[in-house]
Formats: sequence, C-alpha cells, structure tokens
Amino acid sequence: MSGLDWLSAIFLLVGAAFFLAGTVGLLRFPDVYTRLHALAKADNLGLGCIVIGLLFQADSLAAALKLVLVWLLALAASATVSFLVAHRAWRRGIAPWRADEPGIRRHDES
Amino acid sequence: MSAGLLYALAGAALFAFGVAGLILRSHPLRKILAFNVMGSGAFLVLVGLGQRDGTADPVPQAMVLTGIVVSIAATALALALARRQREHGNDKEERDA
Amino acid sequence: MNLAFDLLLIAALLWSAGRALTTPDLFRAVVLFIVFGLLMALAWARLDAPDIALAEAAIGAGLTGALLLDALGHLRGPVRRKSGLIAPSTVMSSEGAGPPAFPTYFLNGLAIVLAVALGLALAGALLLLPEPAISLPREVAAAMDASGVAHPVTAVLLNFRGYDTLLEVAVLWLALLGVLAVAGGRAPGRAPVTPRSARASLKVPRLLARVLAPLALLVAGYLLWAGAHQPGGAFQAGAVLAAAAVLLNLAGLLPGGATPRWVLRAGLGFGLLVFLAVAAAVMGQGVLLQYPPAWAGALIMLIETGLTLSIGLTLAGLFLALSGASRQ
Repeated sequence: MSGLDWLSAIFLLVGAAFFLAGTVGLLRFPDVYTRLHALAKADNLGLGCIVIGLLFQADSLAAALKLVLVWLLALAASATVSFLVAHRAWRRGIAPWRADEPGIRRHDES
Repeated sequence: MSAGLLYALAGAALFAFGVAGLILRSHPLRKILAFNVMGSGAFLVLVGLGQRDGTADPVPQAMVLTGIVVSIAATALALALARRQREHGNDKEERDA
Repeated sequence: MNLAFDLLLIAALLWSAGRALTTPDLFRAVVLFIVFGLLMALAWARLDAPDIALAEAAIGAGLTGALLLDALGHLRGPVRRKSGLIAPSTVMSSEGAGPPAFPTYFLNGLAIVLAVALGLALAGALLLLPEPAISLPREVAAAMDASGVAHPVTAVLLNFRGYDTLLEVAVLWLALLGVLAVAGGRAPGRAPVTPRSARASLKVPRLLARVLAPLALLVAGYLLWAGAHQPGGAFQAGAVLAAAAVLLNLAGLLPGGATPRWVLRAGLGFGLLVFLAVAAAVMGQGVLLQYPPAWAGALIMLIETGLTLSIGLTLAGLFLALSGASRQ
C-alpha cells in the first residue's frame, strides 16, 4: 500500500466511526432534537471524511469535483430535512429534553 | 457460488415474501408495498441469474431498467385506485349496514 | 470479504422487506420500504449494474417513496364517508383489530406454507437451471460497433431492443392517463388552505429548491449525454428532472403544476411521438427500429432527448396528480 492508500484508509475509517457514532446517537438519544443533532452532525462529518478518503483515489479532477459536489448536496439536503423535522416537532409543542426534567414535555405548558 | 446466483436466490426469497404479504395483509397500501417487493425480487432473479457466471449482462440489465419505470407507473395507478376506493367505494358497506 | 458483504446486504434486504410487510405501523412500513429501495440500489452496484443502481435510487426509493409518503396521509386513519360522517372502523382501517377467528388462522397458516413452498421451488429451479446455450454479453459485444453508442446497456435499450423501450414509454404515458382519470375526482370539502405556520416553514425548503432545481437540470443534461458511453441515459435523467419538479412543488414554487397548459401536456407525449416518428422513418430498413448504422448515434440521442423530457414530465405528473387531487 502506498502513502495515499494509507491516507485513504485512515479517512475512511474515521468516517465510518462517525457514522457509527451517529447511528448510536440516533438509537440512544432521548428526544427528536438530540437525535437530529447526532444524525446530521455525525453523518455529515462521516460523509465528509469518506469523501476526503475517496478523493485520494480519484482518477481525475472531474471525478474529485463530483465527489465534493455529492458531499455538498448531501449537506444541503440534510440541513433542510433536519430543519423541517425540528420545526414540525416544535410546532407540535414538543419541548427539548433536559437532564433535570426527563420525560416528554410540551414547551407551551409552563 | 457466484454473487449473481446469491442475489438471484435472495430475489426468490423476496418474491415469496411479497406473495405472502399480498395474501396476508389487508390494507391496500400494504398490498402495494408487497407488490413492489415482489417486483424487486423478480428483478434480482432476472439480473442475478443472467450474471451467475460473473460477467455483467447488459440485456437483463436493460430490461430491469424499463421494469423499474413500469413498476412506479403501476404503483402510482394502484395508489390512485386505492384512494378512489376509499373516498367513493363505501356504498356497499353502507348498504350492508 | 466480498461474500461477507453480499451476505450482510442480502440479510438487510430480507429484513427490511419483511419488516415493511409485518410492522403494524404504516408510516414505519413506508420508511422501511424506502430503506429497502436504497439497499436494492447497493445490491445493483454489487451486481455490476450502475445504470439500475442510479434508477433504483432515484425512482425505486426516491420517487416511489415520495408517492407512498404522500398517499399515507390519504389512506391512513378512519374512512371519510360521502356524507361527511367519520366511520370509526371499516375494512380498510381495521388492520389487525381484534384476534382473527379460527378459519382466518387456518387460512393465514396455509398462505404462509404456500409462500414458503413457492420460495423453495423458485430457489430450487434457479439452482437446477442448465448453463445458457448462448452468451448474451458476447452477442452484445459483437454488435456494439454497429449500435451507434459505446455503452452496452444504452445499446440494448435503444437499439437492439428499442421496441421494449418504445412500449414501456407508452405504458408510462397510459399509467399517467389512468391516474389522471381516477384521481381527477376531487375529494369533497377539502380546501387548499395552507396554514400561516406552514408557510413560514417553507422558507428553507424553498431556498433548497431554488438552488437544486438548476443543478438538477444540469445533472439531467449530463446524465443524458453520458448515457452514450457510460452509465446514465434517458431514464436516470428523466428521474432527476422529475425529482426537481417534485421538490419545487413541495416548496410551493410550481403553481402551473396544478393546471398544466398545453405546452406541458404536449411535453408528456413528445418523447413517444419522437420515438414513433423515428420508428416510422426507418421502417424501410425492414426490421422495426433498425437504424442505418451511420445515423444510429444521432437518432438515439434524438430519441433519448425526447424521452428525458417526457419521462421527467410523466413521473412528475404522477406525483402531482396524486398529491394535487386533494389540494384543489
């Protein structure tokens, strides 16, 4: 394996670790907002690392730019969907989870 | 066993899943899902079987490509019919009741 | 290593399909089905079929998922009767309500036994099949020089088996006519009111749609052009166009979608008409859709351009007709 291959492998593994962390967060976090945080942050970083890892293997500049474009599009879509889910949850009165008051509350009840 | 044959066998299992779902589930949306699972199974059999010797075969691939488009057309028509039935198809029940 | 990945992927495919059919919650079932579609795209990539992987991700998971999620709102919950009364429970909404009676148990068991037997018989037939007498990939490779394109799947789609594609486009068009005819009856008493709160939440998707729509046009053009020599072509390009239209519609930026003018209506049939015109023009060759070799490349590009437009419009039309039926 050449130096570039090692760099690729490291970035791919780091990306996979972010995906794993995001998935664990999605399954284990207590409410919709924290789960969105886990999903959006970790998946975007994970995809970013994987794209960087793959950039070292790209044959041409065009292929490399396409990979970066894929990442940017996924970022834009992920941000929009996260916003929509969080907005909808807030409109339905779901309050963000707090460690001192566990359980689902409504933010419009005081 | 080649990857093609492996996926063809998975396609046979998916087809059987779809048939079971089509018979056992009563909700129309679920029947449409089952129908799509059957379709995916058939596509996997078609392409997987064509490539059991390991070389890519463009003929079944092209057929499955058209098949995917036909299956979304069928799905859309089925959804339209299911909605129509739901909105207007209760006359019989009302007579029975 | 590859075998381990294949087995894992197949297990995930079977699991997601099985759960989509058995989970009690319909919303969960639809989401699992979308997951199943994405896993299918991975399976196609593993099977050396990037063309199908592209189409499956865009059409099988993307557009079908959008159709199903939209239908969920209309097909779930209590049945709304014509009189406006809400029936608490009828055949369509009483999935899994109450324990089934004895004959139902027996018949369900019989259905499962039959489905398992069908699966085993299919698997047995696949394993016992003799070697194919002719090698299709070799036949295709031998005829590639005369096909006018350099990508085998495109050559099969639009040259060697062009009549399949011709009929398929006709089927797609007929399906849209069927959907328009069936969904055309408006549900009574549903107003197109968008609440003020929902309008505020549209700002972000609107921005996304404004950025993505031109980019989708560019990608569609690229896929169309690339289809001649690498994975891509009219179906994938059309699916990307349709996705852009669906996104614009969801963001409320496609006011013309509800009442299409004649240009849009003509666009629906344009691809089929171009295809038929080319087929009629080359009838003199003796065989249906056999192009003169010198013209093959240009004719295929002409047909594919028409098809991209029409497939995009028709797929978008399927979604707009189904989701718009309740909004007007």
